[in-house]
Amino acid sequence: MIIDTNVYVSRWPFRRLPGDEIPELLAKLRSHGVSQAWAGSFDGVLHEDVAAVNERLAESCRTLGQGLLIPFGTVNPMLPDWQEDLRRCQENLKMPGIRLHPSYHGYTLDDQRFFDLLRQAVEKKMVVQLALNMEDERTQHSLARVSEVDTAPILRLLPKVPGLRLVIQNRRRKPSGKLLGRLSYHGEVYFDFAMLEGVGGIARFIEEVPGDRLLFGSHYPLFYFESALLKVKESELSKAQRDAIFNGNARLLLEP
Amino acid sequence: MIWDLHVHFSNFEGRTPHEKMANAVKFADRMAIERFMLYLGFPPHPEDPTPEELTKINNQVLEALQHWHHRAFGFVYLNPNHLEFSLKEFDRCVRDGPMVGVKLWIARKCNTPELDPIVERAASVNAVIFQHTWVKVTGNRPGECTPSEFAELAARHPDIPIICGHTGGDWEHGIRAVRAHKNVSIGIAGSDPTNGFVETAVRELGPQRIIYGSDAGGRSFASQLAKVQGANISDEAKKLILGENLKRMLAPILKRKGFEA
Repeated sequence: MIIDTNVYVSRWPFRRLPGDEIPELLAKLRSHGVSQAWAGSFDGVLHEDVAAVNERLAESCRTLGQGLLIPFGTVNPMLPDWQEDLRRCQENLKMPGIRLHPSYHGYTLDDQRFFDLLRQAVEKKMVVQLALNMEDERTQHSLARVSEVDTAPILRLLPKVPGLRLVIQNRRRKPSGKLLGRLSYHGEVYFDFAMLEGVGGIARFIEEVPGDRLLFGSHYPLFYFESALLKVKESELSKAQRDAIFNGNARLLLEP
Repeated sequence: MIWDLHVHFSNFEGRTPHEKMANAVKFADRMAIERFMLYLGFPPHPEDPTPEELTKINNQVLEALQHWHHRAFGFVYLNPNHLEFSLKEFDRCVRDGPMVGVKLWIARKCNTPELDPIVERAASVNAVIFQHTWVKVTGNRPGECTPSEFAELAARHPDIPIICGHTGGDWEHGIRAVRAHKNVSIGIAGSDPTNGFVETAVRELGPQRIIYGSDAGGRSFASQLAKVQGANISDEAKKLILGENLKRMLAPILKRKGFEA
Protein backbone atom coordinates (compact mmCIF):
# COMPACT_ATOMS: atom_id res chain seq x y z
CA MET A 1 0.00 0.00 0.00
CA ILE A 2 1.32 3.41 -0.97
CA ILE A 3 0.37 6.92 0.09
CA ASP A 4 1.53 9.25 -2.67
CA THR A 5 1.93 12.73 -1.19
CA ASN A 6 2.73 14.51 -4.44
CA VAL A 7 0.06 14.24 -7.12
CA TYR A 8 -1.59 16.93 -9.25
CA VAL A 9 -4.90 17.16 -11.07
CA SER A 10 -6.09 19.42 -13.89
CA ARG A 11 -3.81 20.71 -16.67
CA TRP A 12 -0.09 21.47 -16.64
CA PRO A 13 -0.03 24.83 -18.45
CA PHE A 14 2.61 23.93 -21.01
CA ARG A 15 1.75 20.44 -22.21
CA ARG A 16 -0.96 17.80 -22.06
CA LEU A 17 0.19 14.85 -19.98
CA PRO A 18 -0.72 11.18 -19.95
CA GLY A 19 -2.75 10.94 -16.74
CA ASP A 20 -4.10 14.47 -16.62
CA GLU A 21 -7.67 13.14 -16.75
CA ILE A 22 -8.71 11.84 -13.35
CA PRO A 23 -9.93 8.37 -14.45
CA GLU A 24 -6.59 7.74 -16.16
CA LEU A 25 -4.71 9.12 -13.16
CA LEU A 26 -6.62 6.86 -10.78
CA ALA A 27 -6.05 3.82 -12.97
CA LYS A 28 -2.30 4.41 -12.92
CA LEU A 29 -2.19 4.96 -9.17
CA ARG A 30 -4.33 1.94 -8.39
CA SER A 31 -2.28 -0.27 -10.73
CA HIS A 32 0.71 0.41 -8.48
CA GLY A 33 -1.07 -0.08 -5.18
CA VAL A 34 -1.63 3.54 -4.24
CA SER A 35 -4.43 3.73 -1.70
CA GLN A 36 -4.28 7.46 -1.03
CA ALA A 37 -2.92 10.39 -3.02
CA TRP A 38 -2.54 13.98 -1.81
CA ALA A 39 -3.61 16.06 -4.76
CA GLY A 40 -2.84 19.65 -5.55
CA SER A 41 -4.03 21.45 -8.65
CA PHE A 42 -1.85 22.51 -11.57
CA ASP A 43 -4.24 25.45 -11.88
CA GLY A 44 -2.91 26.75 -8.58
CA VAL A 45 0.50 27.37 -10.11
CA LEU A 46 -0.56 30.25 -12.37
CA HIS A 47 -4.23 31.06 -11.78
CA GLU A 48 -5.08 34.07 -9.63
CA ASP A 49 -8.61 32.96 -8.80
CA VAL A 50 -7.39 30.34 -6.35
CA ALA A 51 -10.78 30.22 -4.63
CA ALA A 52 -12.23 28.73 -7.81
CA VAL A 53 -9.17 26.49 -8.21
CA ASN A 54 -9.73 25.07 -4.74
CA GLU A 55 -13.45 24.55 -5.24
CA ARG A 56 -12.81 22.64 -8.46
CA LEU A 57 -10.09 20.59 -6.80
CA ALA A 58 -12.30 19.62 -3.88
CA GLU A 59 -15.21 18.82 -6.17
CA SER A 60 -13.04 16.69 -8.45
CA CYS A 61 -11.61 14.74 -5.55
CA ARG A 62 -15.07 14.25 -4.02
CA THR A 63 -16.94 13.22 -7.14
CA LEU A 64 -14.24 11.49 -9.18
CA GLY A 65 -11.56 10.54 -6.68
CA GLN A 66 -13.15 7.25 -5.56
CA GLY A 67 -11.99 7.91 -2.02
CA LEU A 68 -8.36 7.93 -3.09
CA LEU A 69 -7.68 11.62 -3.75
CA ILE A 70 -7.19 13.97 -0.78
CA PRO A 71 -7.27 17.64 -1.86
CA PHE A 72 -4.51 20.03 -0.82
CA GLY A 73 -5.54 23.58 -1.63
CA THR A 74 -3.65 26.48 -3.09
CA VAL A 75 -2.97 29.63 -1.06
CA ASN A 76 -1.05 32.55 -2.52
CA PRO A 77 -0.05 34.93 0.28
CA MET A 78 0.76 37.65 -2.25
CA LEU A 79 -2.94 37.98 -3.09
CA PRO A 80 -5.26 40.22 -1.08
CA ASP A 81 -7.33 38.41 1.54
CA TRP A 82 -5.48 35.13 1.18
CA GLN A 83 -6.66 34.43 4.72
CA GLU A 84 -10.15 33.79 3.36
CA ASP A 85 -8.77 31.22 0.92
CA LEU A 86 -7.11 29.41 3.79
CA ARG A 87 -10.28 29.54 5.86
CA ARG A 88 -12.35 28.11 3.01
CA CYS A 89 -9.82 25.32 2.42
CA GLN A 90 -10.21 24.17 5.99
CA GLU A 91 -13.78 25.02 6.94
CA ASN A 92 -15.72 24.69 3.70
CA LEU A 93 -13.67 22.24 1.67
CA LYS A 94 -12.36 20.12 4.57
CA MET A 95 -8.82 20.00 3.25
CA PRO A 96 -6.14 18.64 5.61
CA GLY A 97 -3.44 20.81 4.11
CA ILE A 98 -2.29 23.29 1.52
CA ARG A 99 0.36 23.25 -1.19
CA LEU A 100 2.43 26.36 -1.82
CA HIS A 101 4.35 27.41 -4.95
CA PRO A 102 6.47 30.38 -3.80
CA SER A 103 8.56 30.65 -6.96
CA TYR A 104 5.49 30.92 -9.18
CA HIS A 105 3.70 33.24 -6.76
CA GLY A 106 6.65 35.57 -6.47
CA TYR A 107 7.78 35.54 -2.85
CA THR A 108 10.72 34.38 -0.81
CA LEU A 109 10.49 32.50 2.45
CA ASP A 110 11.66 35.45 4.51
CA ASP A 111 8.52 37.37 3.53
CA GLN A 112 6.34 38.29 6.51
CA ARG A 113 3.23 37.10 4.67
CA PHE A 114 4.70 33.61 4.34
CA PHE A 115 5.40 33.61 8.07
CA ASP A 116 1.82 34.72 8.78
CA LEU A 117 0.50 31.98 6.53
CA LEU A 118 2.50 29.32 8.37
CA ARG A 119 1.18 30.55 11.73
CA GLN A 120 -2.40 30.47 10.53
CA ALA A 121 -1.96 27.02 9.03
CA VAL A 122 -0.72 25.79 12.39
CA GLU A 123 -3.70 27.35 14.15
CA LYS A 124 -5.96 25.47 11.75
CA LYS A 125 -3.90 22.27 12.22
CA MET A 126 -3.19 22.06 8.49
CA VAL A 127 -0.18 20.41 6.86
CA VAL A 128 1.85 22.76 4.66
CA GLN A 129 3.44 21.40 1.49
CA LEU A 130 6.09 23.58 -0.06
CA ALA A 131 6.91 22.87 -3.72
CA LEU A 132 10.47 24.04 -4.34
CA ASN A 133 10.35 23.27 -8.05
CA MET A 134 7.94 22.03 -10.65
CA GLU A 135 10.48 21.15 -13.34
CA ASP A 136 14.13 21.49 -14.30
CA GLU A 137 15.06 25.18 -14.57
CA ARG A 138 16.88 24.42 -17.81
CA THR A 139 13.79 23.15 -19.61
CA GLN A 140 11.22 25.69 -18.46
CA HIS A 141 9.20 27.71 -20.96
CA SER A 142 11.31 30.70 -21.94
CA LEU A 143 8.55 33.11 -20.86
CA ALA A 144 7.82 31.41 -17.55
CA ARG A 145 11.16 30.98 -15.85
CA VAL A 146 11.47 30.65 -12.08
CA SER A 147 14.26 29.57 -9.76
CA GLU A 148 14.35 26.90 -7.08
CA VAL A 149 12.96 28.22 -3.81
CA ASP A 150 15.67 29.16 -1.32
CA THR A 151 14.90 27.27 1.88
CA ALA A 152 17.52 28.95 4.08
CA PRO A 153 14.97 31.18 5.90
CA ILE A 154 12.98 28.17 7.11
CA LEU A 155 15.50 27.32 9.80
CA ARG A 156 14.99 30.74 11.38
CA LEU A 157 11.21 30.41 11.15
CA LEU A 158 10.84 26.99 12.71
CA PRO A 159 11.27 28.05 16.36
CA LYS A 160 8.70 30.82 15.84
CA VAL A 161 6.05 28.45 14.46
CA PRO A 162 5.77 25.59 16.94
CA GLY A 163 3.51 22.83 15.78
CA LEU A 164 4.22 23.42 12.11
CA ARG A 165 4.06 20.30 9.96
CA LEU A 166 5.98 21.15 6.81
CA VAL A 167 6.57 18.96 3.75
CA ILE A 168 9.32 20.03 1.38
CA GLN A 169 8.51 18.75 -2.10
CA ASN A 170 10.54 18.49 -5.26
CA ARG A 171 13.87 19.36 -3.67
CA ARG A 172 16.66 19.31 -6.24
CA ARG A 173 19.80 20.90 -4.79
CA LYS A 174 18.67 22.86 -1.75
CA PRO A 175 18.52 22.56 1.16
CA SER A 176 21.71 20.58 1.22
CA GLY A 177 24.39 19.55 3.66
CA LYS A 178 24.07 20.82 7.19
CA LEU A 179 20.88 22.77 6.56
CA LEU A 180 19.11 19.64 5.38
CA GLY A 181 19.88 17.79 8.59
CA ARG A 182 19.19 20.76 10.85
CA LEU A 183 15.76 21.33 9.31
CA SER A 184 14.63 17.84 10.07
CA TYR A 185 15.98 17.91 13.63
CA HIS A 186 14.70 21.39 14.53
CA GLY A 187 11.13 20.96 13.45
CA GLU A 188 8.57 18.58 12.03
CA VAL A 189 9.92 18.87 8.49
CA TYR A 190 9.39 16.13 5.91
CA PHE A 191 10.74 15.59 2.43
CA ASP A 192 9.66 13.72 -0.66
CA PHE A 193 12.05 12.36 -3.28
CA ALA A 194 10.29 13.05 -6.57
CA MET A 195 13.27 15.08 -7.81
CA LEU A 196 15.98 13.35 -5.81
CA GLU A 197 18.63 12.12 -8.23
CA GLY A 198 21.82 10.06 -8.14
CA VAL A 199 22.11 6.33 -7.97
CA GLY A 200 20.88 4.89 -4.66
CA GLY A 201 19.62 8.35 -3.78
CA ILE A 202 17.14 7.38 -1.07
CA ALA A 203 19.68 5.36 0.90
CA ARG A 204 22.08 8.31 0.82
CA PHE A 205 19.30 10.74 1.71
CA ILE A 206 18.37 8.92 4.90
CA GLU A 207 21.96 9.20 6.02
CA GLU A 208 21.27 12.95 6.20
CA VAL A 209 17.70 13.07 7.47
CA PRO A 210 15.83 10.65 9.74
CA GLY A 211 14.02 7.90 7.87
CA ASP A 212 10.72 8.88 9.48
CA ARG A 213 10.82 12.20 7.61
CA LEU A 214 10.80 10.78 4.12
CA LEU A 215 7.53 10.56 2.20
CA PHE A 216 6.67 8.83 -1.06
CA GLY A 217 6.01 11.52 -3.64
CA SER A 218 5.81 10.87 -7.37
CA HIS A 219 5.00 14.30 -8.87
CA TYR A 220 2.65 12.39 -11.15
CA PRO A 221 1.40 13.14 -13.77
CA LEU A 222 4.13 15.68 -14.57
CA PHE A 223 6.67 12.91 -13.91
CA TYR A 224 6.30 9.25 -14.70
CA PHE A 225 4.88 7.64 -11.56
CA GLU A 226 7.31 4.74 -11.90
CA SER A 227 10.28 7.01 -11.24
CA ALA A 228 9.51 7.27 -7.53
CA LEU A 229 8.60 3.61 -7.31
CA LEU A 230 11.84 2.45 -8.92
CA LYS A 231 13.90 4.74 -6.69
CA VAL A 232 12.69 2.78 -3.69
CA LYS A 233 13.75 -0.43 -5.44
CA GLU A 234 17.15 0.98 -6.37
CA SER A 235 18.17 1.73 -2.79
CA GLU A 236 18.99 -1.02 -0.38
CA LEU A 237 16.40 -0.50 2.35
CA SER A 238 14.98 -2.65 5.12
CA LYS A 239 11.34 -3.66 4.98
CA ALA A 240 10.64 -1.30 7.87
CA GLN A 241 12.25 1.58 5.99
CA ARG A 242 10.30 0.79 2.83
CA ASP A 243 7.01 0.54 4.73
CA ALA A 244 7.67 3.85 6.44
CA ILE A 245 8.41 5.54 3.14
CA PHE A 246 5.53 3.94 1.26
CA ASN A 247 2.85 4.82 3.79
CA GLY A 248 3.77 4.82 7.49
CA ASN A 249 5.31 8.27 7.67
CA ALA A 250 2.52 9.91 5.68
CA ARG A 251 -0.18 8.21 7.73
CA LEU A 252 1.34 9.47 10.96
CA LEU A 253 1.72 12.96 9.53
CA LEU A 254 -1.99 13.25 8.75
CA GLU A 255 -3.15 11.82 12.06
CA PRO A 256 -4.78 14.48 14.24
CA MET B 1 16.95 -7.38 -21.62
CA ILE B 2 18.12 -3.91 -20.62
CA TRP B 3 21.22 -2.29 -22.08
CA ASP B 4 22.11 1.16 -20.79
CA LEU B 5 23.72 3.58 -23.24
CA HIS B 6 24.97 6.12 -20.76
CA VAL B 7 26.85 5.47 -17.50
CA HIS B 8 29.64 7.38 -15.75
CA PHE B 9 31.68 6.82 -12.60
CA SER B 10 29.97 9.72 -10.77
CA ASN B 11 28.35 8.81 -7.44
CA PHE B 12 29.54 5.22 -7.49
CA GLU B 13 31.64 4.69 -4.42
CA GLY B 14 35.20 3.53 -4.76
CA ARG B 15 38.79 4.76 -4.80
CA THR B 16 39.82 2.94 -7.96
CA PRO B 17 38.19 2.16 -11.32
CA HIS B 18 37.80 -1.45 -10.20
CA GLU B 19 35.98 -0.48 -7.01
CA LYS B 20 33.71 1.96 -8.79
CA MET B 21 32.94 -0.59 -11.47
CA ALA B 22 32.01 -3.22 -8.90
CA ASN B 23 29.57 -0.78 -7.31
CA ALA B 24 28.11 0.19 -10.66
CA VAL B 25 27.47 -3.48 -11.43
CA LYS B 26 25.85 -3.93 -8.01
CA PHE B 27 23.29 -1.22 -8.79
CA ALA B 28 22.85 -2.44 -12.35
CA ASP B 29 21.99 -5.85 -10.94
CA ARG B 30 19.38 -4.34 -8.63
CA MET B 31 17.71 -2.72 -11.64
CA ALA B 32 18.09 -5.74 -13.98
CA ILE B 33 20.47 -3.92 -16.33
CA GLU B 34 22.42 -6.52 -18.25
CA ARG B 35 24.99 -4.32 -19.99
CA PHE B 36 25.98 -0.69 -19.83
CA MET B 37 28.19 1.67 -21.81
CA LEU B 38 30.80 3.44 -19.68
CA TYR B 39 32.57 6.67 -20.59
CA LEU B 40 34.41 9.57 -19.01
CA GLY B 41 36.71 8.82 -16.11
CA PHE B 42 36.65 10.04 -12.55
CA PRO B 43 34.81 13.32 -12.03
CA PRO B 44 35.19 16.22 -12.38
CA HIS B 45 35.22 15.85 -16.15
CA PRO B 46 37.19 18.49 -18.05
CA GLU B 47 35.09 20.29 -20.67
CA ASP B 48 38.04 20.87 -23.01
CA PRO B 49 40.49 18.12 -22.06
CA THR B 50 44.13 18.14 -23.02
CA PRO B 51 45.63 15.08 -24.69
CA GLU B 52 47.13 14.08 -21.34
CA GLU B 53 43.75 14.35 -19.66
CA LEU B 54 42.08 12.32 -22.40
CA THR B 55 44.64 9.57 -22.01
CA LYS B 56 44.17 9.48 -18.25
CA ILE B 57 40.37 9.47 -18.50
CA ASN B 58 40.26 6.76 -21.13
CA ASN B 59 42.76 4.65 -19.22
CA GLN B 60 40.48 4.77 -16.19
CA VAL B 61 37.66 3.37 -18.29
CA LEU B 62 39.90 0.72 -19.83
CA GLU B 63 41.03 -0.32 -16.36
CA ALA B 64 37.45 -0.52 -15.10
CA LEU B 65 36.43 -2.74 -18.01
CA GLN B 66 39.28 -5.22 -17.63
CA HIS B 67 37.24 -7.85 -15.80
CA TRP B 68 33.78 -6.79 -16.88
CA HIS B 69 33.56 -7.27 -20.65
CA HIS B 70 30.53 -9.46 -20.05
CA ARG B 71 28.71 -6.54 -18.35
CA ALA B 72 29.98 -3.30 -19.84
CA PHE B 73 31.57 -1.74 -22.90
CA GLY B 74 33.58 1.45 -23.17
CA PHE B 75 33.30 4.55 -25.33
CA VAL B 76 36.43 6.62 -25.91
CA TYR B 77 36.26 10.29 -24.90
CA LEU B 78 37.68 12.52 -27.66
CA ASN B 79 38.20 16.25 -28.12
CA PRO B 80 37.95 17.71 -31.66
CA ASN B 81 40.08 20.66 -30.48
CA HIS B 82 42.96 18.13 -30.49
CA LEU B 83 42.01 16.39 -33.69
CA GLU B 84 45.21 14.59 -34.58
CA PHE B 85 45.61 13.31 -31.06
CA SER B 86 41.96 12.29 -30.90
CA LEU B 87 42.28 10.18 -34.04
CA LYS B 88 45.30 8.42 -32.55
CA GLU B 89 43.44 7.97 -29.26
CA PHE B 90 40.55 6.47 -31.19
CA ASP B 91 42.88 3.98 -32.81
CA ARG B 92 44.46 3.09 -29.47
CA CYS B 93 41.20 2.60 -27.59
CA VAL B 94 38.74 1.45 -30.26
CA ARG B 95 40.40 0.29 -33.50
CA ASP B 96 43.16 -1.54 -31.66
CA GLY B 97 41.58 -1.67 -28.20
CA PRO B 98 38.43 -3.01 -26.56
CA MET B 99 36.24 0.08 -26.73
CA VAL B 100 33.22 0.14 -29.02
CA GLY B 101 32.10 3.75 -29.31
CA VAL B 102 32.95 7.44 -29.20
CA LYS B 103 31.81 10.01 -26.66
CA LEU B 104 31.84 13.64 -27.77
CA TRP B 105 30.90 16.23 -25.19
CA ILE B 106 31.12 20.02 -25.08
CA ALA B 107 34.66 20.95 -26.07
CA ARG B 108 33.56 22.22 -29.47
CA LYS B 109 30.28 22.86 -31.25
CA CYS B 110 29.44 19.65 -33.05
CA ASN B 111 28.40 21.31 -36.31
CA THR B 112 32.00 22.37 -37.00
CA PRO B 113 33.95 20.44 -39.67
CA GLU B 114 36.59 19.30 -37.17
CA LEU B 115 34.20 16.57 -36.12
CA ASP B 116 33.96 15.05 -39.58
CA PRO B 117 37.24 13.07 -39.48
CA ILE B 118 36.27 11.63 -36.10
CA VAL B 119 32.84 10.59 -37.35
CA GLU B 120 34.35 9.03 -40.47
CA ARG B 121 37.07 7.20 -38.52
CA ALA B 122 34.47 5.82 -36.11
CA ALA B 123 32.19 4.72 -38.92
CA SER B 124 35.07 2.91 -40.62
CA VAL B 125 35.06 0.32 -37.82
CA ASN B 126 31.32 0.54 -37.00
CA ALA B 127 31.95 2.29 -33.68
CA VAL B 128 28.89 3.90 -32.12
CA ILE B 129 28.98 7.71 -32.11
CA PHE B 130 27.44 9.56 -29.17
CA GLN B 131 27.27 13.37 -29.17
CA HIS B 132 26.01 15.23 -26.08
CA THR B 133 23.35 17.85 -26.83
CA TRP B 134 21.32 20.24 -24.69
CA VAL B 135 19.20 23.27 -25.31
CA LYS B 136 19.01 25.17 -22.03
CA VAL B 137 16.77 28.13 -21.47
CA THR B 138 19.38 29.13 -18.88
CA GLY B 139 22.06 29.17 -21.59
CA ASN B 140 24.38 26.51 -23.00
CA ARG B 141 28.08 26.19 -22.24
CA PRO B 142 30.31 27.75 -24.96
CA GLY B 143 31.01 24.50 -26.82
CA GLU B 144 27.77 22.78 -25.97
CA CYS B 145 25.73 22.06 -29.07
CA THR B 146 21.99 22.10 -29.46
CA PRO B 147 20.03 19.37 -31.26
CA SER B 148 19.66 21.70 -34.24
CA GLU B 149 23.45 22.07 -34.46
CA PHE B 150 23.76 18.33 -34.04
CA ALA B 151 21.35 17.90 -36.96
CA GLU B 152 23.83 19.75 -39.19
CA LEU B 153 26.47 17.16 -38.35
CA ALA B 154 24.03 14.33 -38.97
CA ALA B 155 23.03 15.82 -42.32
CA ARG B 156 26.65 15.82 -43.49
CA HIS B 157 26.87 12.07 -42.79
CA PRO B 158 23.48 10.70 -43.79
CA ASP B 159 24.68 7.12 -44.02
CA ILE B 160 26.36 7.01 -40.60
CA PRO B 161 24.27 6.16 -37.55
CA ILE B 162 24.75 8.74 -34.83
CA ILE B 163 23.16 9.31 -31.42
CA CYS B 164 21.75 12.62 -30.20
CA GLY B 165 22.62 12.51 -26.50
CA HIS B 166 19.95 13.65 -24.00
CA THR B 167 17.63 14.51 -26.92
CA GLY B 168 18.64 18.05 -26.09
CA GLY B 169 17.24 17.83 -22.55
CA ASP B 170 14.26 19.82 -23.78
CA TRP B 171 12.98 16.80 -25.63
CA GLU B 172 10.06 18.53 -27.32
CA HIS B 173 12.65 20.71 -29.06
CA GLY B 174 15.16 17.92 -29.59
CA ILE B 175 12.79 15.44 -31.19
CA ARG B 176 11.72 18.03 -33.75
CA ALA B 177 15.31 18.98 -34.53
CA VAL B 178 16.39 15.46 -35.48
CA ARG B 179 13.11 14.09 -36.80
CA ALA B 180 13.98 14.42 -40.48
CA HIS B 181 17.40 12.80 -40.14
CA LYS B 182 16.83 9.07 -40.41
CA ASN B 183 20.41 8.22 -39.41
CA VAL B 184 19.84 9.79 -35.97
CA SER B 185 18.76 7.92 -32.88
CA ILE B 186 18.04 9.71 -29.64
CA GLY B 187 19.46 8.91 -26.22
CA ILE B 188 16.89 9.60 -23.53
CA ALA B 189 19.25 9.75 -20.55
CA GLY B 190 19.99 12.54 -18.15
CA SER B 191 16.85 14.63 -17.98
CA ASP B 192 13.89 14.68 -15.64
CA PRO B 193 11.48 11.74 -16.06
CA THR B 194 8.90 14.01 -17.64
CA ASN B 195 5.75 12.14 -18.44
CA GLY B 196 5.09 11.84 -22.16
CA PHE B 197 8.70 12.06 -23.36
CA VAL B 198 8.94 8.53 -24.72
CA GLU B 199 5.37 8.47 -26.03
CA THR B 200 6.12 11.61 -28.05
CA ALA B 201 9.39 10.16 -29.32
CA VAL B 202 7.69 6.95 -30.42
CA ARG B 203 5.00 8.95 -32.19
CA GLU B 204 7.45 11.18 -34.05
CA LEU B 205 10.49 8.96 -34.62
CA GLY B 206 9.26 5.40 -34.21
CA PRO B 207 10.57 3.06 -31.50
CA GLN B 208 13.58 1.94 -33.56
CA ARG B 209 15.26 5.34 -33.15
CA ILE B 210 15.05 5.61 -29.36
CA ILE B 211 17.74 4.27 -26.99
CA TYR B 212 17.45 3.98 -23.24
CA GLY B 213 20.28 5.32 -21.12
CA SER B 214 20.46 6.64 -17.59
CA ASP B 215 23.39 9.03 -17.08
CA ALA B 216 23.94 7.16 -13.79
CA GLY B 217 25.39 7.60 -11.26
CA GLY B 218 24.69 11.37 -11.50
CA ARG B 219 21.15 10.37 -12.33
CA SER B 220 19.48 7.32 -10.88
CA PHE B 221 18.87 4.28 -13.04
CA ALA B 222 15.36 4.41 -11.59
CA SER B 223 14.20 7.79 -12.87
CA GLN B 224 15.46 7.04 -16.36
CA LEU B 225 14.10 3.51 -16.60
CA ALA B 226 10.74 4.96 -15.60
CA LYS B 227 10.64 6.93 -18.85
CA VAL B 228 10.32 3.65 -20.72
CA GLN B 229 8.75 1.31 -18.22
CA GLY B 230 6.10 3.88 -17.34
CA ALA B 231 5.35 4.94 -20.90
CA ASN B 232 2.06 4.15 -22.54
CA ILE B 233 3.60 2.30 -25.49
CA SER B 234 3.59 -1.32 -26.62
CA ASP B 235 5.70 -3.97 -24.93
CA GLU B 236 7.47 -4.50 -28.24
CA ALA B 237 8.44 -0.83 -28.37
CA LYS B 238 9.74 -1.02 -24.80
CA LYS B 239 11.96 -3.96 -25.69
CA LEU B 240 13.46 -2.07 -28.61
CA ILE B 241 14.13 1.03 -26.55
CA LEU B 242 15.45 -0.75 -23.47
CA GLY B 243 18.02 -2.82 -25.27
CA GLU B 244 17.40 -4.20 -28.72
CA ASN B 245 18.09 -0.96 -30.60
CA LEU B 246 21.46 -0.48 -28.91
CA LYS B 247 22.35 -4.11 -29.31
CA ARG B 248 21.55 -3.92 -33.03
CA MET B 249 23.67 -0.79 -33.41
CA LEU B 250 26.59 -2.41 -31.59
CA ALA B 251 26.34 -5.80 -33.26
CA PRO B 252 28.85 -5.16 -36.10
CA ILE B 253 31.62 -3.87 -33.86
CA LEU B 254 31.00 -6.49 -31.18
CA LYS B 255 31.28 -9.17 -33.83
CA ARG B 256 34.42 -7.56 -35.21
CA LYS B 257 36.01 -7.67 -31.77
CA GLY B 258 34.74 -11.11 -30.87
CA PHE B 259 32.62 -9.90 -27.96
CA GLU B 260 29.57 -11.90 -27.08
CA ALA B 261 26.43 -9.76 -27.31
